[in-house]
Amino acid sequence: MGKETGGTERCDNVHPLVRIIAGRLILGLFSLLAVSVIIFAALEMLPGDFARSILGQSATPEAVAAIRHDLGLDRPAVIRYVEWLSGVLQGDFGTSLSGRGVEGGRSVAGLVLPRLGNTFLLALLAVAIAFPIAFLLGLTAAMNRGRRIDRLINSVALAFVAMPEFLIGYLLIYWLAVRAGLLPPLASVGPDTPPGERLMRMILPAVTLSLTVAAHILRMTRASLSELFERPWMEALQLKGIPMAIAVRRHALPNAAGTIANIFAFNIAWLITGVVVTERVFVYPGIGQLMVDAVASRDVPVVQACALIFATVYIGLNLLADIIAVASNPRLLHPR
Amino acid sequence: MTERTHIRPAGAGRASPVQVAAATVMWLYVLAALLAPLIAPYGEAEIVGEAFAPWSAQHWLGTDQLGRDFLSRLLYGLRNSLMLAVTTTLLSFLVGGLAGLLAATGGRVTDTVLSRLVDVVMALPALIFALMLLTVFGTGGVQLVLVIGLLDATRVFRIARALAMREAAMDYVEAARLRGESLVRIMIVEILPNVKAPLLAEMGMRFSFVFLTVATLSFLGLGLQPPAADLGSMVRENATLITYGDFTPLIPAALIALLAMAVNFLIDGWLEEEVAPHEG
Repeated sequence: MGKETGGTERCDNVHPLVRIIAGRLILGLFSLLAVSVIIFAALEMLPGDFARSILGQSATPEAVAAIRHDLGLDRPAVIRYVEWLSGVLQGDFGTSLSGRGVEGGRSVAGLVLPRLGNTFLLALLAVAIAFPIAFLLGLTAAMNRGRRIDRLINSVALAFVAMPEFLIGYLLIYWLAVRAGLLPPLASVGPDTPPGERLMRMILPAVTLSLTVAAHILRMTRASLSELFERPWMEALQLKGIPMAIAVRRHALPNAAGTIANIFAFNIAWLITGVVVTERVFVYPGIGQLMVDAVASRDVPVVQACALIFATVYIGLNLLADIIAVASNPRLLHPR
Repeated sequence: MTERTHIRPAGAGRASPVQVAAATVMWLYVLAALLAPLIAPYGEAEIVGEAFAPWSAQHWLGTDQLGRDFLSRLLYGLRNSLMLAVTTTLLSFLVGGLAGLLAATGGRVTDTVLSRLVDVVMALPALIFALMLLTVFGTGGVQLVLVIGLLDATRVFRIARALAMREAAMDYVEAARLRGESLVRIMIVEILPNVKAPLLAEMGMRFSFVFLTVATLSFLGLGLQPPAADLGSMVRENATLITYGDFTPLIPAALIALLAMAVNFLIDGWLEEEVAPHEG
């Protein structure tokens, strides 16, 4: 019975964890929808017409009207949004504006999709390098708070945080590729690049990206773990005579899963920024590079598609971290 | 970015050697930026020789991809980049700070509207949002300042609002309200002086972030219009030299990092020594 306890008893057959996660998923879906509206609306504000910018200033009014009609710009924004979104859900991101008029423009999906895999591979590689290193160094710093090793680690991280990605990237190119000749300086991979060669070319961009991201993760790990280590129950363990290493491994870290998931979530924005710059430095064919080119040429459909992809990844990974944080809360795993 | 959980009893008021060095670096930058037109040997866009000339007595750092004096461009670039970052930071604090104070004091409806607006902007990574807005408004210095300034204002808003909320709940604000002071007066005369110190520390952090963002967008080719020089675009324009083993294009990049580093170390030390004990 126990109706008075409320909350958890309302639908007994569903584990509270499932309900919370379902709630988060729905919320995530809503924010994704909201973001798609922002992306569409922001790029609809484009002053002047793309029709005119495609045809040039000397275009006749009839030609401009024809292109406007062709692009659907003469119809209400709400209808165009719904059409755009339903197209996106079916994998159709519209037609790129560049090269339009010559052969009718290229499909945005055709431009974006091959590059998407490249970008994911680069980001994944960078995270795989950055996260363990940053976490271990952050942990070391937090366990030795205030000592020389902590100050050293923190200073190095602080220095790396201040370095723009392109400085790190070009420094690595200068030292490792040009001076030492160990690795290829650019990462221009194509569909027929052999896997071994591809990996060789990806080492420098992946290291560049992981260095910046690692510095940010490290600083946050250090801050939140040392806060954790100063909790009263950690002090109690130390007073009991339990060595710090064991107290951290057995007691503190199992409690830190949610914190670590949040640190990861906080740094996704750095990862995305880093991807855009790193791809530029190494001429790596990913969507960051594509998006920057599209911004420079004001190719709105491509910018929309790239922004939506980055936003989806951003919201999706934040959601994942959120769910991990919720799921690792023992109070929810063992409901009374 | 927010990392100020630690309270450490340190020798308050005594500047460490690192902080002295950082402050010196900052003053040198300000000096170089102010005096750039006087000390630069050539003009900002003046073509003085052939492209990519090596270092020489006439051109200490050689020439760039169009045959302009690299050192002169570096000095003007420093001046332009610094000016962009300072203007952007001031804009973001003016907008974000006032909006934050207003949200904390102006009643629930104002707060809800402003907070939701900020949530919307923060639902996307700042760089992606900036790229979208630059597509809409085109590239250029003014656009860059407006876009980054307004995006960054959302971060300032959050902090200013949180700080001011704490103050707004205090008796002296209530007393001011009962005295019939106007909203503007409560915001500026009553609350602002009490949240100034943490806001200034945040300003340093934001400046360093804005400076890097401006440099990054310039590097991506979305900054000042040519022929104006800025540190980020100088790296991009001359990057080919690096593959020939010439590190000259790394100098503007290193100058960006050095200033950001100086600001970070200065603020980091200040936060651990000055601000933290008062919060404890």
